[in-house]
Amino acid sequence: MSRIGEAFANGKAFIPFLTCGDPDLETTAACVRACARAGASLIELGIPFSDPTAEGPVIQGANLKALQAGTTTDKIFDLVRDLRRDVSIPFVFMTYANVVYSYGPERFLQNCQDVAIDGIILPDVPYEEKEEFLPYCQKHGVALISMIAPTSQDRIARIAREAEGFLYIVSSLGVTGTRTEITTDLGSILQAVRANTDIPAAIGFGISTPEQAKKMAAISDGAIVGSAIIKILDQYGVDAPAHVEEYVRAMAEAARSAG
Amino acid sequence: MSNGRFGIHGGQYIPETLMNAVIELEEAYNHYKDDPAFNAELTELFNEYAGRPSRLYFARKMTADLGGAKIYLKREDLNHTGAHKINNVLGQALLAKKMGKTRLIAETGAGQHGVATATAAALMGMECVVFMGEEDTKRQALNVYRMRLLGADVIPVTTGTATLKDAVSQAMREWTSRIDDTHYCLGSVMGPHPFPTIVRDFQAVISREIKAQLMEKEGQLPDAVLACVGGGSNAIGSFYHFINDPTVRLIGCEAAGRGVDTFETAATIATGKLGIFHGMKSYFCQDEYGQIAPVYSISAGLDYPGIGPEHAMLHDTGRAQYVPITDDEAVDAFEYLARTEGIIPAIESAHAVAYARTLAPTMGKDQIIVITISGRGDKDCAAIARYRGEDLHE
Repeated sequence: MSRIGEAFANGKAFIPFLTCGDPDLETTAACVRACARAGASLIELGIPFSDPTAEGPVIQGANLKALQAGTTTDKIFDLVRDLRRDVSIPFVFMTYANVVYSYGPERFLQNCQDVAIDGIILPDVPYEEKEEFLPYCQKHGVALISMIAPTSQDRIARIAREAEGFLYIVSSLGVTGTRTEITTDLGSILQAVRANTDIPAAIGFGISTPEQAKKMAAISDGAIVGSAIIKILDQYGVDAPAHVEEYVRAMAEAARSAG
Repeated sequence: MSNGRFGIHGGQYIPETLMNAVIELEEAYNHYKDDPAFNAELTELFNEYAGRPSRLYFARKMTADLGGAKIYLKREDLNHTGAHKINNVLGQALLAKKMGKTRLIAETGAGQHGVATATAAALMGMECVVFMGEEDTKRQALNVYRMRLLGADVIPVTTGTATLKDAVSQAMREWTSRIDDTHYCLGSVMGPHPFPTIVRDFQAVISREIKAQLMEKEGQLPDAVLACVGGGSNAIGSFYHFINDPTVRLIGCEAAGRGVDTFETAATIATGKLGIFHGMKSYFCQDEYGQIAPVYSISAGLDYPGIGPEHAMLHDTGRAQYVPITDDEAVDAFEYLARTEGIIPAIESAHAVAYARTLAPTMGKDQIIVITISGRGDKDCAAIARYRGEDLHE
């Protein structure tokens, strides 16, 4: 079983997201370790992009801050290499097509393999364009994570059948960011997913409270949280890791209690 | 790989949330593009509402002054709302209406596309929201007022460089949050398939008319067609029906800003490299890590870090040529055309006029250059006055 598969093997998963370099790479490293200690199943590491078109204002701000602090793709590979000395839970990169494309997909995925990155999420690469990166991902054993949205409908079967690692179920229309209520009929989406694949499916976008995490984990295999964690970083800056740890512990427990 | 490729360029690099929306758009477009009733309705709008066909004007004094090729101006500036943008907008608004959409959203740089979209929305009784970089709302305050007068909501975008690329990003974000009743009326030959094809087809009326008009006036094809290029919609519209006429040189004039050897430039072909952004593979101004560059041009309409995928292909194959024009050259040409022909071009279009001033004297008197004057320059007068050191405010 892949390391991503194992992350979902022990009950419901909780997946926190961090933008690397927000507010600096040292803080990111401390937050990753805090998340691992707090029971995160897998960590999503964002490589900042100048124009993150799938993000709401909170993660847009984190991207901008990270780039202004001088974060680069190479420095992030160094960060992960260093983290891998003591953190073994799966990591997936979340970034945009141009970051990988401009670096050179072969060189990027080779580096991912070298530092033991388990998967990669590219929100601007839908099913129709995945051939751009998939051969490099497969060559280097990195799962190209697919997304399913509330508008996917007849596309769900096709996407799910070819999915790798885990499926990222987008809870709502729009961009990332916290929401007071999630109204999408996720039950039928998950049902369509289940009919086509055995790989785990986690729900993200708009989740911020333990109640939401529990509810989402109950109907899927796990919950993904980004903006709510970035808000903690906004509030506490370099002192954020302890607060992130406390938050992730509560969220991971809530998610797990659903299973 | 998806459909909608121009050589290696183009494609559909967008969030999954939007995929069914662009597929639905493609299906609707394929249904209506050859539908006689749709085309009759669009032609009626073009002719009776937008004032087409636009004139192909022989610039006698400019021709005599430059002493080389005969110069014709394709007067898209005379269209209703003052630019070529209305061609595409009427087409897309009509298509959106047929698709049952009741709301149009759009990005705008100089404000011309926003004004055109607001106009079509008013005409067709649709809601309209326009995203405009905050920086551009200051540079083009009059157009902001025009859009509001036409009943549109104008939302200033403060993220990133607060210019055109950020307005596009914000319009895309808005579309992912509200798809059912909303059509994203993209303003240039860019973005995910099918937009580069749809926008090109609606703008191709420009070259269709040039060809017929010049044949009537001169009995021949032009030797060169010049147009300014940001995303590239008026340029592809001006080139399209000449692509298979190899004797016609196709020249796109990019905004070099303060020069292609500076960071303050928007000349994508001259300074960009291959990338994937805003739904398409094409050339983009970017740094070594693929971060999109904060581009600059005096012209808000050309201030974009990418170029449409069909232009990228025409550059690759050598069928079209792309030349950088600086702010200084464009401003000189703006003033030159005003004094020589009594026509004040948009500062965007002035980039094409500027290159004609270099090119025409190298050509024979029996040769013909067509310059597309994509828009009128009223909107730019205050900014150009300030560029020349005058304390003029709108």
